[in-house]
Amino acid sequence: MAKKEDKDLMESGAKVKLGTSDKIIRGFGYVFLTLYSVCCIVPFIIIVSTSFTSESVIRAEGVQFLPKDVTLTAYNMVTKSGGIWWSYLVTILLTVVGTAVGLSIISMTGYALQRKDFPFRNAISFFIYFTSLFQAGLAPYYLLMTQTYHLKDSYLAVLLPLLMSPWLIILMKNFVKSIPHEITESGKIDGAGDMRIFVSLILPMLKPALATIGLFLALGYWNEWYQSSLFLSSRVAVKPLQFTLYEIVNKTDALKNSVAGQFINLADIPQESVKMANAVLATGPIVLLYPFVQKYFISGITVGAVKG
Amino acid sequence: MGKTKTRVKSNYNSSLTFFQKVKKYRVLLLMCLPAVLFFLAFSYAPMPGIWVAFVKYNYRDGIFGSKFIGLDNFKFLATSGKLLSLTKNTILYNLAFIILGNFLAVFVAILLNEMRSKWFKKISQTIMFLPYFISQVLVGILVFNLLNYDTGFVNGILTSLGLERWQPYSNPNVWPPIMIIVYLWQQTGYNSVVYFAAIMGIDGEMMEAAKVDGANGFQRIRYIILPSLKPTIVILLLFALGGIVKGNFGLFYNIVGTNPILYNTTDIIETYVYRATMTDFNFSTASAVGLYQSVIGFIIVMTVNFIVKKIEPDYSLF
Repeated sequence: MAKKEDKDLMESGAKVKLGTSDKIIRGFGYVFLTLYSVCCIVPFIIIVSTSFTSESVIRAEGVQFLPKDVTLTAYNMVTKSGGIWWSYLVTILLTVVGTAVGLSIISMTGYALQRKDFPFRNAISFFIYFTSLFQAGLAPYYLLMTQTYHLKDSYLAVLLPLLMSPWLIILMKNFVKSIPHEITESGKIDGAGDMRIFVSLILPMLKPALATIGLFLALGYWNEWYQSSLFLSSRVAVKPLQFTLYEIVNKTDALKNSVAGQFINLADIPQESVKMANAVLATGPIVLLYPFVQKYFISGITVGAVKG
Repeated sequence: MGKTKTRVKSNYNSSLTFFQKVKKYRVLLLMCLPAVLFFLAFSYAPMPGIWVAFVKYNYRDGIFGSKFIGLDNFKFLATSGKLLSLTKNTILYNLAFIILGNFLAVFVAILLNEMRSKWFKKISQTIMFLPYFISQVLVGILVFNLLNYDTGFVNGILTSLGLERWQPYSNPNVWPPIMIIVYLWQQTGYNSVVYFAAIMGIDGEMMEAAKVDGANGFQRIRYIILPSLKPTIVILLLFALGGIVKGNFGLFYNIVGTNPILYNTTDIIETYVYRATMTDFNFSTASAVGLYQSVIGFIIVMTVNFIVKKIEPDYSLF
């Protein structure tokens, strides 16, 4: 509150007296930030434009900033087979289930590890934190997942590894820290057990934390392609959205790089516009949603910035 | 008041045996159990598998049945110069990312703070944050869309200006700057948030006093904002340095992919390990490189934490 007043004071002060150097800085700031913002958004506009451009125009003139004549051919091709809707379904299911399960585990752990009277808190914190200091590496991980856990071609191989990370647990701990210890104490005096205290007293106060960490988890699931590329082979019929996109890109590359003289069916090469329509469909929901949830990410970054 | 209470409690705890403590805190322990099992299953369970780096792996005999060859996998990597070139690429890219990334983030945060129009601030911050939210797959597509030879946006402009077409995908030397620009493009919105929050936390009275004393805009930035940001900058730089041998796999793999022409300047430890595992199924070599990376990374983090503890104990990791 006080900070806000200071800010207003500063602003009113700035209006009263505006030196030359302030004008220079402000002018430069407007120009620089505008140009920078344009750079951030132009690639997206090109993708959307290309997805609405006919393939012949792209072949002849390259991708366009604005589509020459709007056509929905690419979208019709993408949605015709219906495969993309199944990918949506898989991605949404992974995102919802993963976020819900991950969030419950992270919040329980975060609370328990922040309880000052819990004698095992340091040991368990270190057990979790150590995994971000030293990792076994990809090859042993891959062998374990495929040969011991037999998770090749299973959606669990995508769902499970993304449930939590040391960073998210530390972030939750930092959020829990701001809840006064007296709340737990009062619950104890009323005779509530630890689980009861957590569910009915602590969780309602953790709403902003749950939103922030839930959104980080959901973003991770939505944008997931890495675990899929490790564990989902062609035997899995429906792939998550981003991995579908990844496969389309790689198919194009593979066909283009294949040895000259080999017979290539042009119809097999995914067209640029189809690629872009896929990209728009896979990314659209996030781009539309993120302005509304941006503040939660910002609070997550500032709360978890340093002790990370 | 609260403090005495905790002390009494911890004294009480210390008189309990281990099993009594487990019994008393069984609910809290159960609350931690899923997370502990998770890290056990996905982070600790792979660790014995590191052994694969010391054997000549074959499928039939498995990790622990394959022939033990000691450090031969490492020797091969070291003598072929592979390890050195991968390390060099990884570290140089990270140095550029860290230094330029933080510089640009501070720069953007300071400029944002100087803006007085609320909606301009809000909209530009939102737009700059956008690239952070998209998948690395899409980043790869964006770059290809801009730069490819046949249909790329840049080549479209070059052609319309009557200039020669540019062919970056067959020229390894142009990639370091491209990778750095793409990294900055994707991360600056995110990175500047921390600095922006730190600037907002600066005492408003101090700024006001400086203004009354006739400090101009440049002086306020030079003598108030930058010194106030110094601890944040130093700590973030140090932590970033702790991860200097860890590459940004998603970025490099989605932009460069499996294009061997560009490996010389773009192959980092992660991309090499990924190809060795997923394309060549050479688990022993992949694991040797991975172990080398983990050990070096561990040593660097410990060193960094030691330094942070010396200068700012509150910020140290442990």
